[in-house]
Amino acid sequence: MIALPALILLPAAGGLAAWLSDRDRQASSLSWWVAITTILLQALLLLFITCTAGWGHGPWLAHFSVPWIPALGIAARMDMDGLSLVMLWLTTLLSFPCVILSARDVGERPGLFHLLLLATIAGINGVFLATDLFLFFFFWELMLVPMYVLILQWGHEDRRRAAIKFFLFTQGSGLLMLVAILGLVILHQHATGILTFDYFALADTPLMPTAAMVLMLGFFIAFAVKLPVVPLHVWLPDTHTQAPTAGSVLLAGILLKTGGYGLIRFVVLLFPEAAARFAPMALALGVAGILYGAWLSLAQDDIKRLIAYSSVSHLGFVLLGIFSGSPMGMRGAVVQMVAHGLSTGALFVIAGSLQDRLHTRDMRRMGGLWQALPHLSSVGLFFAIASLGLPGMGNFVGEFLTLLATWRVSPPMAILGTAGLVLSAVYSLTMVGRAFVGPPHAGQGATHAPPPADFGPRQMTVLGLTMALLLVLGTYPQPVLDLSLPAPAHAAPQTEVPRP
Amino acid sequence: MDALLLPLIVFCPLLAAGILFVSTGRMPARPSCVIGAGSVGLSALLAGRLAAGFLAAPPPTGALHVTLWSWMQVEGFSTRIAFALDPLSLVMMLVVTGVGFLILLYAGGYMHDDPDIARFFGCMTLFVAAMLVLVFSSDLLSLYIGWEGVGICSYLLIGFWHTDAANVAAARKAFIVTRIGDAAMLCGLLLLATQAGTLDIAALLHIVATGPAQLLPTTAAFLLLGGAVAKSAQVPLQTWLPDAMAGPTPVSALIHAATMVTAGVYLIARLHPLFMAVPAAMTAVALVGLVTLLLAAGSALVQTDIKRILAYSTMSQIGYMFLALGSGAWQAAIFHLVTHAFFKALLFMAAGAIILRVHHRQDIYQMGGLAPAMPGVFAAFLAGAAALAGLPLLTAGFYSKEMILQGAWHANPLLWAGALLGAFATAIYIFRCVFIVFFGTRHTEPKGHTGATMAIPLACLAILALAGGWMEMPDTIAPVHLLSHLLSPLFGTPMAEGPSWLLWAGSLVPLTGVGVAWLLWRPRTQARTTPEDAIARLARTGWGFDTLYDMLFVRPFITLGRLNQSDICDRLSDATAATARTGGRMLSHMQSGQVRRYAGWIAAGTVVALCLGIRA
Repeated sequence: MIALPALILLPAAGGLAAWLSDRDRQASSLSWWVAITTILLQALLLLFITCTAGWGHGPWLAHFSVPWIPALGIAARMDMDGLSLVMLWLTTLLSFPCVILSARDVGERPGLFHLLLLATIAGINGVFLATDLFLFFFFWELMLVPMYVLILQWGHEDRRRAAIKFFLFTQGSGLLMLVAILGLVILHQHATGILTFDYFALADTPLMPTAAMVLMLGFFIAFAVKLPVVPLHVWLPDTHTQAPTAGSVLLAGILLKTGGYGLIRFVVLLFPEAAARFAPMALALGVAGILYGAWLSLAQDDIKRLIAYSSVSHLGFVLLGIFSGSPMGMRGAVVQMVAHGLSTGALFVIAGSLQDRLHTRDMRRMGGLWQALPHLSSVGLFFAIASLGLPGMGNFVGEFLTLLATWRVSPPMAILGTAGLVLSAVYSLTMVGRAFVGPPHAGQGATHAPPPADFGPRQMTVLGLTMALLLVLGTYPQPVLDLSLPAPAHAAPQTEVPRP
Repeated sequence: MDALLLPLIVFCPLLAAGILFVSTGRMPARPSCVIGAGSVGLSALLAGRLAAGFLAAPPPTGALHVTLWSWMQVEGFSTRIAFALDPLSLVMMLVVTGVGFLILLYAGGYMHDDPDIARFFGCMTLFVAAMLVLVFSSDLLSLYIGWEGVGICSYLLIGFWHTDAANVAAARKAFIVTRIGDAAMLCGLLLLATQAGTLDIAALLHIVATGPAQLLPTTAAFLLLGGAVAKSAQVPLQTWLPDAMAGPTPVSALIHAATMVTAGVYLIARLHPLFMAVPAAMTAVALVGLVTLLLAAGSALVQTDIKRILAYSTMSQIGYMFLALGSGAWQAAIFHLVTHAFFKALLFMAAGAIILRVHHRQDIYQMGGLAPAMPGVFAAFLAGAAALAGLPLLTAGFYSKEMILQGAWHANPLLWAGALLGAFATAIYIFRCVFIVFFGTRHTEPKGHTGATMAIPLACLAILALAGGWMEMPDTIAPVHLLSHLLSPLFGTPMAEGPSWLLWAGSLVPLTGVGVAWLLWRPRTQARTTPEDAIARLARTGWGFDTLYDMLFVRPFITLGRLNQSDICDRLSDATAATARTGGRMLSHMQSGQVRRYAGWIAAGTVVALCLGIRA
């Protein structure tokens, strides 16, 4: 289906258009409009793909393949299954708050900003579609570099350090993945004599247990940095804190999910035996992430750091679900990713808006914002409640299913994970208590002569829709649950791959 | 028709909550009240209609089932949003909508000049909807939606006046402490779902009844008990309830007296076959109830804040319900739940009326002599106090407490003795409150008057607090058994009554208590204060549980978190970066630009390479 590469080319082209549109400097918001149009078109395109996908013909819904570098067995191959579709929809939906709310008043060089933003989105779309490992790696890098520049150029006070940290961690782990990919390709060539980067071909590689374990760990570490998994999470709080709001939303909402997606597609499905042997360790890491993230989240004074550590905690559930070894856990993990994308993305929008208005992220200098900013605060309260996993919202469905799947494997792990739910209540309500309610901060009235502007109709509409999505996901998650089981790696789609 | 009514009863307040939240800040006070109270009133009417239909022609299966939609369906587990109306949920439905409507009506008067009244009614109606989901659900996971939903509404309403840091802290404490119980309950649900593959209550109870596995019911029962204990403010997770009085008084009446805190009682009653299969759990329930009822009554004896007296009294009365549950006297527990909803809502609302008129003071020693100034409120409070104390024959509390005492006697005479001691203390503490507040010299001059929207609910509940008990009487007095007859399809026939001297003891003890209170705190006595010794101080602070938990859990956790605020893992990466930087700097010293030094390095390198070559 030709529409699959279009999903990558469209945001890239839109980004270029936004960049060009800004060069004559006649209308500074022109690039913003171009970006909006691009993501609208992207949504329409995805809707078209969803409608025309090959429903009912096996787990793979759409396929595209052209040879790229035939000499090395590299093809521009993309396949879409239900999991990819869910993640693509999450990306598309989150692009809206990202662009509409966060990128409007970006200051200098908005055209370049939108180019980078849309390039990141293009890379993410590619990551969710590529089934050629070389192509996958290409997109993996494509989404990182623009994000690095975004942070470096538009970030906050300590942006250089954060950007370099982000780059080193992701790039270093990406290198590990590249080595693992090459190792797998070479082993495959040794075994079969065919040089290929094709996902389905490589899935059938006969591997010694040790080799499989080593390669699996190469992939695992790369994705674990991205997800992130404790103790590889250290880049995340700095990066989230220093990134511009749109960057934080994109990072928390979608970029982290590429880690979860990769774990499912390239760790569990590509190396099922090795992953199963590694599962107890992964479960322990997941629980450690849940508890450690929640605990540190509680101790933060910076509201963005608090949300960042809460992400570490939430994504621990994703790790639990993925390595619980059952479809139920996998489905729960996907729901958790979607719900976390929506709720944490929205929380970063709110934190960013607070920083724009108060010029601080320090909760010691907030408090009692409800009087001045009732809309912003009530929205913040809603997403804080979603984030603590109230039943009826998406996060609960994800957490419940992953815990249930974990309980089957190891009740103690599930019990510890459940303890994370208590802690999530503690940090979420602490955030609400320190920022939005309580007595107003003493210095506030003096430093802000005009009261900061509350959320207007634009923000309330976008965030209201996000709330509605979370509620729908929480009360009727079945469509996502049905879609979210990844297609098995050995069942290649019907269309034959052109081989060199 | 009935299948449509059941979800509609939930939908009315839910819709009202949606409207109120969306329009908050724009809707004036009066429409907010009308929408808020009206939607619950409509629910109450529909509930009455449904109940009439149910009683006239009970469904053949004994329950009306409505499956709304499939919530989650995955490999090995499925759950639905499903409601069922059986006699137990029927009783709960009538209490929640009926008492709820009266309290919302009262709240319309109580809160009428609050600028945030739309938000208030939004939370209140959302609470009613969540509570109805809780009592209607025929699936434990969909029950859990209501269970957590009422918790979050309680959080929002305790912290309703959010500019005061103490209110915010109280709200947070309430949610977190109950959340600890909820986590235990969730573990129980996970266990049951893993073992049974479903959380449908009927299917689960069937498995418990037929299944041989002993471990499953025991662990599950204790985990669920954890949830019930926290929600119903029982020892050891009771510490949140007294602080929860920071909320507006109608909230205390509805959530922290009449409905939400009895959710634990409802849960255990709903799952009673599971608990009956585990004698240890039954004993634990009874002991928790007994300990709580005695400790809380002791605390109530020495409080000076009128709302805290009532809060401790609520804990104590729910302790009675737990005692009844643990004794297997299911009907008695539900009966007491109903009468308690009447008289405790009445007491809170009367207290609210007093507080409004004495300039928002809550200390009983600052009141005094209010009976002539507000005779109506006095009558209402007196009716509630009499019912709480269980004064014989006249009051609803007498009949329900009597039934509990009978059940406790059958389970273990020691439980009975403890409960009787509690009844004695109850009569003393509530009449201490009555005598100090309404008699003697007046310390604060009351202002204004209590409006009709507040007076009518008070009158209705006063009647219910007195006459509401006549639906169930001991055989010695009159063989009326409406409630236990209604509930018998679930709980079976109640136990036979004990010897008649039990009834005499249960009647005389509260009267003695009132007498003692009169002797101690009657007007004209010089020292109408409460004794100040170590035990009194300990009891006033809730027996030191707060301090203990603070020292054991809260502080270490916060302190360690603060110490690790900058994340020990991050130091590792910083250390790596520092090593690289230092190493780079050291190596850069080699590039000194001096040719002879470079020549030296080249020579040294050649020598090393030669050595290696020779060795190989």
